[in-house]
Amino acid sequence: MKTKSLALYFIAALCALTSCKKATSSASTGNPAISLLNVSYDPTREFYLDINQAFQKVWQTKTGQSLDIKQSHGGSGKQSRSVIDGLQADVVTLALAGDIDSLAKEAKLVPSDWQTKLSNNSSPYTSTIVFVVRKGNPKGIKDWADLTTSGVQVITPNPKTSGGARWNYLAAWAWANKQFAGDETKILDYMTRLFKNVPVLDTGARGSTTTFAQRGIGDVFLSWENEAWLIEKEFPGKTEIVYPSISILAEPPVAVVEKNATKHGTTEVARAYLEFLYTDEAQELAGKHYYRPRNPAIAAKYHDKLPELPLVTIDKDFGGWAKAQKIHFDDGGTFDKVYGSH
Amino acid sequence: MPKRRVIPGFGLSMGFTISYLSLIILIPLAALFLKAARLGASQWWQILTSERIIAAAKLTFGASAAAATVSTVLGLLVTWVLVRYRFPGRRLLDAMVDLPFALPTAVAGITLTQIYAPHGWVGQYISQAALWIQATYAPTGWWGEVIQDWADKGAAYSPLGVFIALTFIGFPFVVRTLQPVMEDFSSEYEEAAATLGAGRWTVFRRVILPMFIPALITGFTLAFARAIGEYGSVIFISGNLPMKTEILPLLVVAQLEQFKYEAAAVIAAGMLIVSFTLLFLINLLQRRLNWQNN
Amino acid sequence: MSYRPVTTESAPVRLFLIACAVLVLALFLLLPLAAVFAEAFRKGWEVFLASLHEEAALSAIKLTLIAAGVSVPLNTLFGVSAAWLVTKFRFKGRSLLVSLIDLPFAVSPVIAGLVWVMLFGAKGWFPQSAMADAFAPAAHLAASLAEYQGFGWLFSDLAVWLADPKIIFALPGIVIATTFVTFPFVARELIPLMETQGSDQEEAAVTLGARGWHVFFRVTLPNIKWGLLYGVLLCNARAMGEFGAVSVVSGHIRGETNTLPLHVEVLYNEYQFSAAFACATLLAFLALVTLSLKTAVEYFSGHDASGKH
Repeated sequence: MKTKSLALYFIAALCALTSCKKATSSASTGNPAISLLNVSYDPTREFYLDINQAFQKVWQTKTGQSLDIKQSHGGSGKQSRSVIDGLQADVVTLALAGDIDSLAKEAKLVPSDWQTKLSNNSSPYTSTIVFVVRKGNPKGIKDWADLTTSGVQVITPNPKTSGGARWNYLAAWAWANKQFAGDETKILDYMTRLFKNVPVLDTGARGSTTTFAQRGIGDVFLSWENEAWLIEKEFPGKTEIVYPSISILAEPPVAVVEKNATKHGTTEVARAYLEFLYTDEAQELAGKHYYRPRNPAIAAKYHDKLPELPLVTIDKDFGGWAKAQKIHFDDGGTFDKVYGSH
Repeated sequence: MPKRRVIPGFGLSMGFTISYLSLIILIPLAALFLKAARLGASQWWQILTSERIIAAAKLTFGASAAAATVSTVLGLLVTWVLVRYRFPGRRLLDAMVDLPFALPTAVAGITLTQIYAPHGWVGQYISQAALWIQATYAPTGWWGEVIQDWADKGAAYSPLGVFIALTFIGFPFVVRTLQPVMEDFSSEYEEAAATLGAGRWTVFRRVILPMFIPALITGFTLAFARAIGEYGSVIFISGNLPMKTEILPLLVVAQLEQFKYEAAAVIAAGMLIVSFTLLFLINLLQRRLNWQNN
Repeated sequence: MSYRPVTTESAPVRLFLIACAVLVLALFLLLPLAAVFAEAFRKGWEVFLASLHEEAALSAIKLTLIAAGVSVPLNTLFGVSAAWLVTKFRFKGRSLLVSLIDLPFAVSPVIAGLVWVMLFGAKGWFPQSAMADAFAPAAHLAASLAEYQGFGWLFSDLAVWLADPKIIFALPGIVIATTFVTFPFVARELIPLMETQGSDQEEAAVTLGARGWHVFFRVTLPNIKWGLLYGVLLCNARAMGEFGAVSVVSGHIRGETNTLPLHVEVLYNEYQFSAAFACATLLAFLALVTLSLKTAVEYFSGHDASGKH
C-alpha cells in the first residue's frame, strides 16, 4: 500500500510540474523588452487605453525600448487587496487615497508618504459626483434635497464594496452637513431617508450604471462625472446630467508600487509613466475622457462640459480618508446606522 | 487494515482519495479556519449574531431551501420525461439541461436580471400582474410591501429574484443525479406490480419513487449546497439591500473590502459549518434509506 | 415505439407530462439562452466574429481550455477512486468522507478563491518570496539541467518559474481554484449510480479469478461509463464557466490572466454588450459541442445512454 500511494504522489507531482511548465511558457512567449502592470479601478478603462498608447510612443522615442503595458481593472478596494496579496503591480491608479494608504499600512509596498511624491496630492486628474436623471428630468431633481422626496428612486452602488459609492455618500453628507449646520441627528435622518429611496445597491459603479441606464431602474443615479458623460455617449438621448449645488472633489490618486517595481527593475519607467500623466498630452486625454485636468489652461478648454461648482474636499471637510473610512464606512459606522435604523 | 475484502483496491483508492482530498480541500479549508480562529469566541459570536448577518442568513438558507425543493420537483418531472418518453426534440431538451453549468454564473446573473427586470421579457408581466393585484385587492401590510416591490422592480432585486437565480443554478444537479439512476432502473418491479393489479399511479408511488429517493435526496442536497454558496449570479439580481436582499457571500466580500480577513473568515467558516452539518446529516439519512432498500 | 402498456402511462398523461417538461425547460433555461444570443447578434455577425477574434478573447479562450484541461482529468481520476472506495467498501468514517467530498459544493466560490489567497498570498502560509527562497536550489539545478540537449526547454522554463514561483494571480492559481470548485462533480455522479448497482458483479468476477485492475476495467467501467461521461461533461462545463473563485485569484490582467467568463465580465463593464454576449455564446457552444460528442459516442457504440431499448 505504501508503494502505491508513493506512486500516486509521484503522479500528482508530475501533474503539478506540467501545469507549472504551461504557466511559464505562456508567460514567456512574445516577451518584449520591458513590461509594466497598471492596476486600476473600474471606470478608467477607456482612459488608460489611450494613455498607454501615447506613453508607449513617448517611451519608444526616448529610450528606443518597446514597452508593453498591461492593465487590470476592478473595484478599487478589491484591486488594492489583490496588490497586497501579491498581484505584481508596478503602478496603481485607484479611486481613493485610502486604498493606496492600505498598501503602505498593510504590506509596506509603498512608502507612507507616497502622496507627496507627485504634485497635486499625487492626483493628476480629479472628478466629482453628479446626478444623472432621465431625459427631460421628469421628477424635477435639482439638488440633494430632492433625493429624499417620496417616490423618487435613487441608484448608487454599495459604499461597503465600491469606492465611487463612498464619494457619493460623502458628497450627500457634505450637503446635509451644510444644510443642517452640522446637527448629526438631522444629517443621519436625511441619509436614512435618502437610502430608503435606494431600490438597488450594486457592488460596483459599473453595475449601478447598467441598472440605471440599461435596465431602466430608478429616477436619479449618483455617478462619477466621467461615468455620467460616458452614459450620455453609450445611451444617447436617454439621460441628462444635473449638477447639484455642492459636491465633493474626488481625487483619484496614483503611485509607483516601489517594492514591486524595484524587484522588476521597472522603477524608472513606472515613475516616467506616472509623470507622463501630468504632461499636456495626457491632461488633454484626461479632459477628453471627462476627467478634470489639473492643468488650469487645459481645464479651461473643457469648461463647458465640466463646469465649476462648489466642492468640499476629503482632507479639509472629513479629516482625510483614514478618519472618513472609520467614522462612516467601517462596521458600526454611520452607514450601518443608516441601515440599522430601518 | 480491516478484515480482508473480496473486492480489490481498498488501499489504493483510500490512499489516493484521502491524499487528493487533503491537498485540494482540507489543507486550504484548514487555513481558513486557522485564520478565523485568530478571533476569540466572543468575537465570533458578535460577528455571527449581528443583525445584518442574521438577515442575510435567513435569506440565503431560506431561498436556497425553497429553490432546491422546486428544483427537485421540476427535476423529477423533466428527468422522467427525458428518460421514459420518446418524442421529437428530446435530445435538444436533454442538452439544454446543462445550460446553467455552461453559462458562466456572471452571465447567468446578468441575463436573468435582464429578463426579470421590470422592462424585461418576463418582468414586465410580473410587474403588470402586481399592479393589477394592487388595483383589485389593494393589499396592505407585509403582503402589500411584496406586491409593491414586484410592481416596481418586476421579479428582480427582491428575494424572489434570488430564488429564481438559485433555482436556475440548482436545477441541473437534480436532473443529472437522477438521470443515470433512472436509466439503470430495470422495469421488472414495475411489471411485477402491474401484473399484480396495481394502477400506474400506485406503481409510481409505491415502487418507482422509493427507488429514486436516494438519488432525489442527493440531487436536493447538491442543489441546496450549491445555492448557499452561489455568488456570481445572485449579486446581479438580488439588489444587495442591507437587511433585505443581501446574501451571506456578499457579506464575506464586504468584510474583505475593509481588509478584515479574520471577520471574513469567520463568516465563511460559519457558513461552512452549517452547510457541512446539513450535508453530513443528509448523507447519514441516505445511508439508512439505502440499507432499508437493500 | 413498441411499449408494453404496463410500464408506461396513457397517451394523454404522457403528452401532458411532456408539455410540462418542455414548458419548464423553455421558460427556465431556453429564455436566458435566447436572451444571450439576442444580445450577441444585436450588432450583427461582423461584430460577433470580430469580438471572438480579438487578441484578449483568444488568450482568454486558451487559458480557459488549459484550466479545464488540467482540472478535469485530475478530478475524474479522483472521482472514480472515491466512488470505488465509498461504494465497494464499508468502513468507519464513510459518511464523513462522503460529506467531505460534497463540501466544495457548499463552499461559496468567493471563499474557494479566498482560501488559496490565504495559503499563497503575500501574507499567507506560503508566500511567493518564501517559496522562491525554498525553491532556489531546485531552480539552480533546473537551470544547469537546461544546458543539456533534448529536454532543455522544459528545464529552462522550469528554472524561470522556480526562481519566481507565482501561484495566485497566475495560471497555477487559476488551475487550482478551478480544480477546487469542480472537485466533487465526477464522484457525485458515480456514487449514487454505483450504489444502486451494488458489488455483486465485481464479487462474482473476483470469485471467478479476475484480479485488480481487471475487475475495474472489465466489469465496473462498462457499467458506469455513461454515468462517468455525464460526470466528466458536467465537470468540464463547470470548469469552463467558473467565475467567482477564479475572479478572486486571477488579478484580472488583460490578455494574461483573464479566463473566458472573466473576459465576458470585462467586456460587459466596458459597455461592449454585444462582444460580451458573443463570448458568452462561445461558452454555450462549448457545452453544445461536448453534448454532441456524447451523442456521437452513443451512436457509434450502438448504445442509447439516455434511455432503454
